[in-house]
Amino acid sequence: MKLYINIFIAFFRSGMLGFGGGPSTIPLVHKEVVGTFKWMNDEEFSDVLALGNTLPGPIATKMAGYIGYRIAGILGLLVAMFATVLPTVLLMLALLTSFNQFKDNPNVQGMTHAVVPIVGVMMGVLTWSFLKKAKEGLGWINGGILLIVSFLCIIVLQLHPGIVIGVLLVGALVLPDKKKKIEVHVEGKSEGL
Amino acid sequence: MIYLHIFLAFLIPGIVGYGGGPATIPLIEHEVVTHYGWMTTSQFSEVLALGNSLPGPIATKMAGYIGFEVGGVFGAIVALFATVAPSLLLMVLLLSLIYRYKDSPRVKRLSKVVLPAVAILMGTLTFDFFYESYSSIGLWETFFIGILTLFILEKWKVHPAFVIVGGLVFGAIFLA
Repeated sequence: MKLYINIFIAFFRSGMLGFGGGPSTIPLVHKEVVGTFKWMNDEEFSDVLALGNTLPGPIATKMAGYIGYRIAGILGLLVAMFATVLPTVLLMLALLTSFNQFKDNPNVQGMTHAVVPIVGVMMGVLTWSFLKKAKEGLGWINGGILLIVSFLCIIVLQLHPGIVIGVLLVGALVLPDKKKKIEVHVEGKSEGL
Repeated sequence: MIYLHIFLAFLIPGIVGYGGGPATIPLIEHEVVTHYGWMTTSQFSEVLALGNSLPGPIATKMAGYIGFEVGGVFGAIVALFATVAPSLLLMVLLLSLIYRYKDSPRVKRLSKVVLPAVAILMGTLTFDFFYESYSSIGLWETFFIGILTLFILEKWKVHPAFVIVGGLVFGAIFLA
């Protein structure tokens, strides 16, 4: 029982103290899991994080669910998940439903108008950080080509973004990787990739 | 039927969105605003703004709230399940398999190859938000709030939650 309570506390704290979405809560999860409760060491934690990043979807819930499962089975998974997700969802519901009650008040309408350009800027900043990550990960040329292709498919041809990303993912898995082959050659070992 | 739609609307962003919750926001917007028409861009931006002013993962806050708006408590549960379960199941069930291939260049480039597409989606959403703001409060007001926000956020590194609260106060006084 103590273990489940600790799991709840660890993920509740990291969820409630982390602003800026799941990725920014990861250092807090690390602090709880590796520092406070010592369920994992640094290396295990970064392994789990690296694996989580090879899969799609929100990172905070993947980490919470997996770490909970690893230390206390299915029930641990559920406890960690609830602690991560539920408190902030309930806060969100309380805040927005009370906000919506005063929808027709002119001051509240002014509030909702002012907030649109602000989230615009936040989304713009996020766009910029993803562009930078794309440049770091793929380089100018490949990144640029993929950027133009994505633009054409999503904006000009109006294809469903899920399909565009799905095709990119399949391409990444299936297409041969020339650069890596050379590296494998240099290292002098072939792993049949 | 509505629950099936809610499930699909949050399943797709959850399984194609690489880069954590924030990367799934434009995909959620595409389903919720463009595809199913459950909300307008302006309503979506309000939800996102208030979501950003609260702690915790953003994808689940969005899913929980939008699911609730569209289909009540059960809608919220369905949306949360669709957001969280697929990738978590993959992680728990396939861990040993992923572990074996984690250094494979193909697996490594999975998360990189989608970055430009996600950036395009985010850029579109950014444009939509500014266009929405331009239509409702006008060019100069949008420009003024935008520039001010950029400085406060990026130059003076003020916490986003405070920026949003500041924006709400500003709007209540000057845009009413």
